[in-house]
Amino acid sequence: MANNVDALYIFLLVVSAMMTALIFTMVVFFAVRYRKRPGQPAEQIDGSHALEITWSVIPFCVFMVFFGWGAALYFRERRPPQTSAEVYTVAKQWMWKFEHMEGQREINELHVPVGRDVKMIMTSQDVIHSFYVPAFRIKQDVLPGRYTVAWFHPTKPGTYHLFCAEYCGTMHSGMIGSVVVMEPKDYEAWMGGGGSQPLAVTGEKLFAELGCVTCHRSDTQGRGPNLVGLFGKPVLLEDGRSVAADENYLRESILQPTAKIVNGFKPIMPTFQGQISDEQLNALVAYVKSLGQPANPAAGRNLATATTQP
Amino acid sequence: MATAVLETGERETYLNREYGIKSWLLTVDHKRIALLYLMGITFFFFVGGFFALLIRLELLTPAGDLVQADTYNKLFTMHGQVMIFFFLIPAVPAVLGNFLIPIMIGAKDLAFPRINLLSWYLYIIGGILMVYTILNGGVDTGWTFYTPLSTEFLKTNVVTAALAVFVSGFSSILTGLNFIVTTHRMRAPGMTWNRLPLFVWAHYATSIIQVLGTPVVAIAIVLVALERVLHLGIFNPALGGDPLLFQHLFWFYSHPAVYIMILPGMGIISEIVCCFSRKRVFGYKAMALALLGIAVVGFLVWAHHMFVAGISLYAALIFSFLSYFVAVPSAIKVFNWTSTMYKGSITYQTPMLYAFGFIGLFTIGGLTGLFLACLGIDVHVTDTYFVVAHFHYIMVGGMVMAYLGGMHFWWPKISGRMYPEGWGRLAALLVFVGFNLTFFPQFILGYMGMPRRYWDYSHSPEFQILNVLSTAGATILAVGYLLPMIYFLWSMRYGKPAPDNPWNATGLEWMIPSPPTTYNFEEQPVVTWEAYNYDEVDKRREEVPVAH
Repeated sequence: MANNVDALYIFLLVVSAMMTALIFTMVVFFAVRYRKRPGQPAEQIDGSHALEITWSVIPFCVFMVFFGWGAALYFRERRPPQTSAEVYTVAKQWMWKFEHMEGQREINELHVPVGRDVKMIMTSQDVIHSFYVPAFRIKQDVLPGRYTVAWFHPTKPGTYHLFCAEYCGTMHSGMIGSVVVMEPKDYEAWMGGGGSQPLAVTGEKLFAELGCVTCHRSDTQGRGPNLVGLFGKPVLLEDGRSVAADENYLRESILQPTAKIVNGFKPIMPTFQGQISDEQLNALVAYVKSLGQPANPAAGRNLATATTQP
Repeated sequence: MATAVLETGERETYLNREYGIKSWLLTVDHKRIALLYLMGITFFFFVGGFFALLIRLELLTPAGDLVQADTYNKLFTMHGQVMIFFFLIPAVPAVLGNFLIPIMIGAKDLAFPRINLLSWYLYIIGGILMVYTILNGGVDTGWTFYTPLSTEFLKTNVVTAALAVFVSGFSSILTGLNFIVTTHRMRAPGMTWNRLPLFVWAHYATSIIQVLGTPVVAIAIVLVALERVLHLGIFNPALGGDPLLFQHLFWFYSHPAVYIMILPGMGIISEIVCCFSRKRVFGYKAMALALLGIAVVGFLVWAHHMFVAGISLYAALIFSFLSYFVAVPSAIKVFNWTSTMYKGSITYQTPMLYAFGFIGLFTIGGLTGLFLACLGIDVHVTDTYFVVAHFHYIMVGGMVMAYLGGMHFWWPKISGRMYPEGWGRLAALLVFVGFNLTFFPQFILGYMGMPRRYWDYSHSPEFQILNVLSTAGATILAVGYLLPMIYFLWSMRYGKPAPDNPWNATGLEWMIPSPPTTYNFEEQPVVTWEAYNYDEVDKRREEVPVAH
């Protein structure tokens, strides 16, 4: 991705440099060539429709190339591949907390294997922050009260700066960290040291502890909707609308269950706003997403399966 | 008409008609009110500039060692708020616009002279609130007041700062209203819309933005104060609000506000380029339409500040497209200024040097705006020094250059004295060199990934060299700005008395004495000529040589 951004940047740079050179040359040339000289009065020219149209249409066409290329790139920057590994991120004044699907937790350091698409599912505990890794040319604001998503595809092992790019209070410039990109085998070794339980398993336990399981049963008999295979599917709501069951939908349905009522169900679910932490919420979301996934629930979103990626 | 040889002391002018503090504080003369504004604006320019210098000094070394983190955050916040709300937005309209618009259209004052004075008082009350905020410990929201940081998390003087912006906003609205009505109703016989100087067109376009846009930011700022004081859930998600709603409201005004700052500057540059090229402006209608086009389309591009804020892909797509669209009229203007010089008879007095500087810096500022409008690039460079450099090229490289150019151009009319030309040229050169040295390195810093609003960058020592260059540039820039203030003051006492028309320029303001009398015109002028009729003026001058 970084190379794509740089290619477009260089293209813009070259075109802008040409435009700048054109204008500077004209200004300097006219200023010298038409400097005041005795016996050479100014020659009045009112304007020219043809010229006005020319220097409106040509720049506009050039701008449209910028626009089109930039938009195409943006759509790729903003849409994580389906097969991405996932890392849940909670930002707060002034640190980054990461949780891998395997359950490893990190603060201000994110370890990822080279060659694997990584999707960051991010939220903030307080103010707006912004996840910025200049080397990957990606940036995404991290908002309280909802998820935002960024993704990247590390291609070279190394340690890269992670900055908070949205002013967030006193130690904004201290809200920094690093992304450590490792060879897959090094990553496995780093991962091996953990011994924590996978995020989806944490979520499953919470799902039972909080009593969610009594209504959200895996058959059609529950008082709440069956959540198996829900993630990514459209959901028909009571008011006739249809929404996609993405991370933000799951989040909202846990914190404000009455915001969107699924067609055929009653608004009887209690809110969990203020009852569970952002980390617990992430675990629940990860668990619900894993329901109905083939085989090992979370494996597809694990970073460690990197070795199978080209 | 008075002739050039009169001494200012010998006749009555708007300056010597009355003396005493009351004659100034209760004046309804648009020219005196302009001077009142000039004092306020100059004060805030140097306050904001002082903060800027402290910021640059802190960034000289990577470690945060000169001031505390909180102090640094207050410095960039107050630099932004002071410069934007108390200098950039009012500067050209309230000083030069106020002084010149009635004269340029052949009127004896604005349509509502008392409201004009009220505008100044609102500006001053806002200014006092801002000064109080500064002296009371400052504010550290960033000039953008982003929520929920501003509403829930900061313990500084957010409410008084918000109030300062709110009150001064009304000053801006009333000035805009006054200009619109004046332009419609007060034009002299024969001063048709097609004969208006582009300076007036520029202020007309600006006024539309001021009247339509400013109320929205006023509302947004009030909502911030309400949420902060009463904990109403408007923007804070913890209370059920939406932080992106604030950004939409804020930028709905604050993007057009950029055009409030730059359009009057464009008006100045059109006057200067024509005068010192001795030429009619190239494409008058295109120039006037471009001003209006920028004002209208400028309202439809605000969310390009939010490409990484969490808006939808398709919203981003539309705002990117519209942002490119608004760039077209700006390009038209640059090409037209350049073409105006073609086959001219060009001289290089100080105002023209500023105009050259403006065209160059505005071009760079505009073109780097195309990078930011480009979705794929914006993701990387937004909220970095690239953005900081870009908007300083527009606001300082563009607007401040134009303001200084205009001040030099009309200073003889305003004060009745000439500024020292040699010092003027030197200062213009210093400003140009200092500006580029300050801000060009910041483009590179931005692409390297240095985020803005960072107090400490000791994790990335590779950023230092460019920051050192930038700080060095800021020092030169400071000298370049101090010089005009010194020699303008000096010239008020020691400057050569100015002739009525030192530049042999066209326009009604040059046909009345320098400085003008209180009612501008002894008799109602009737306009029979087109704007920028330099051929006729120069022909007349050849026939009747003026003695100096």
